[in-house]
Amino acid sequence: MGFLDIKNATKSYGAVKVLHETDISIEEGEFLVLVGPSGCGKSTLLNMIAGLENITTGDIAIKGRSMNGVRPADRNIAMVFQSYALYPNMNVGQNIVFGLEMHGVPKPERDKAMKEVAELLQIEHLLDRKPGQLSGGQRQRVAMGRALVRDPDVFLFDEPLSNLDAKLRVDMRTEIKKLHQKLKTTIVYVTHDQIEALTLSTRIAVMYGGHVQQLGTPKEIYDNPANMFVAGFMGSPSMNLFPATIAVENGRAVARTKLVGGAEATLPFAEGRGFERHEGRDIVLGLRPEAITDRDGADRNSQSVHVVEAHVEVTEPAGSDTFVVTQMGGKEVTGRFRADVDVQAGQSFPFAINMDKAVVFDPETEARIS
Amino acid sequence: MSSNATATVVRTGAGSRFVIYTLLILFCLYYLLPLYVMVVNSLKPLSEIQAGGMMSLPEEWTVAPWASAWSTAQIGVEATGLKPFFWNSIVMVVPAVAISTVLGALNGYVLTKWRFRGDTIIFGLLLFGCFIPFQMVLIPMARMLGIVGLAGTVPGLIFVHLVYGIGFSTLYFRNYYQQFPTELVRAAMIDGAGFFTIFRRIMLPSSGPIAVVCVIWQFTNIWNDFLFGASFSDFDSQPMTVALNNLVQSSTGVKEYNVHFAGAIMAALPTLLVYIVAGRYFVRGLMAGSVKG
Repeated sequence: MGFLDIKNATKSYGAVKVLHETDISIEEGEFLVLVGPSGCGKSTLLNMIAGLENITTGDIAIKGRSMNGVRPADRNIAMVFQSYALYPNMNVGQNIVFGLEMHGVPKPERDKAMKEVAELLQIEHLLDRKPGQLSGGQRQRVAMGRALVRDPDVFLFDEPLSNLDAKLRVDMRTEIKKLHQKLKTTIVYVTHDQIEALTLSTRIAVMYGGHVQQLGTPKEIYDNPANMFVAGFMGSPSMNLFPATIAVENGRAVARTKLVGGAEATLPFAEGRGFERHEGRDIVLGLRPEAITDRDGADRNSQSVHVVEAHVEVTEPAGSDTFVVTQMGGKEVTGRFRADVDVQAGQSFPFAINMDKAVVFDPETEARIS
Repeated sequence: MSSNATATVVRTGAGSRFVIYTLLILFCLYYLLPLYVMVVNSLKPLSEIQAGGMMSLPEEWTVAPWASAWSTAQIGVEATGLKPFFWNSIVMVVPAVAISTVLGALNGYVLTKWRFRGDTIIFGLLLFGCFIPFQMVLIPMARMLGIVGLAGTVPGLIFVHLVYGIGFSTLYFRNYYQQFPTELVRAAMIDGAGFFTIFRRIMLPSSGPIAVVCVIWQFTNIWNDFLFGASFSDFDSQPMTVALNNLVQSSTGVKEYNVHFAGAIMAALPTLLVYIVAGRYFVRGLMAGSVKG
């Protein structure tokens, strides 16, 4: 039993089921990120944890105590909203301690707590200002201060960074991570940004269509996506997914796929993965862009780097790397090359493919084949 | 107007500007003419009015008509002036406006932030109530007031105006609160604030403009109401409007036009005052929410 337990929770609005049976359990101090495209049910789930939405069936428990029917105020949670939701008529200090005031904390303690939090977030100089006089980043800090001051069991973040500009978003992301490492509180964080999910979390729940597609550590999600949706959604540029067929050569499973011009590439899987039993099966092969690179950039620890001559369609220099696009199995495939590799569009070029990292999906069910 | 507002004004040439201002001034004079007649004639002795020359300035300035209208003019059977009725009106208007505004705010708060099954129907019915003609409810209302023992009293009148006022005040506040971010209410819920605390600490402090609109609207309507005042009040609970009518319509003696003019201005002054004090919020509040951001 975990610190936060979501058991068989569902949510329906009338006949429409927006969240299907969901089971998530996390330990104290974990950073759970709910990630998915809009309308996937992630915010609904967060609001259910907060108690802002009723739970239709199932149960949500914090510290072993069922939260069904418990008011948001009595759940010992704090929430940071996308719009920050600072009370416009109160100054920053009043905003921060409003929750303590409502919970009957005496004034001297409130002031002390306010000072500590303001110091932690470096907003002491803003305490007398009204929210309207603050910049986006400052408002964000105040909203976090308002949550921190309560010392809750669980922090809930609802897309807290999506209203900030790109630069500030990265800074605040680091800051949230630092804060989590320092305070070790349990956090549930909703975002549609997969990079935020990967960088911040200790656990990710990828959601789509009201279902949790996969729950796992960032590494599990990234390396072993449970299905094609997770594979395509997580990671940037996203994982290359292209059709191939499994064959067996010299007792070893290989993936065969078509290159531009009709040539066939044969990509042997790493040994011991057991794909031999799927001989002849049509599959979708998944390879991260960093598993497709130039010969010298390939992972030296890999057991099964395989070089394929392929036609370069486009190169996209991105400063630190150069993304090189070719076609495999009739789909565009992006490889991540080192920036100084001299590769020109229109040429044929050796692509080093790291098959250790290859994942295989069923084209019908889109689920991963192991 | 703030300085950046001028940037959005369409530039016009001097010629067209001259035409615009001339027209505006002419209309202004035209609309102010009745007020001029009233003020001028309330400040001259009756003999000057009877001699003709409604438009001319008084030859002999006097405030006697005002004093008479206020405290000694014959209203009905007694020579009390308008004074007691003025207080009747105040005693009726202030609670009626205050209560209907507060209830309207509460209704708007519930209808937007604590939505429940059938809330749009309730709101629809409230709106419908706004547009039922006054005449239709006279007899049922009289019966109701009789049953609860409020017939012919100031509380009875307050009740009637309250019932009619809530529809409009709810409409105002509902539309205003619809623009109010729901996340703020949710944040306050998580912070531990209850229904009324959120209303008092979060909603009300941000409701200034719409509250002003509501107060002006209700004050003007209730103060100027004649039909309910005439129908549901006794002689000693009559509001100002009914008393003014009795003053002007008295069928005995000489028609003291100067006193009538003074009385009519007195009856109009409070609404004028409310508008002057709070008027600049009125347009602002009516327009609030019509433009995003």
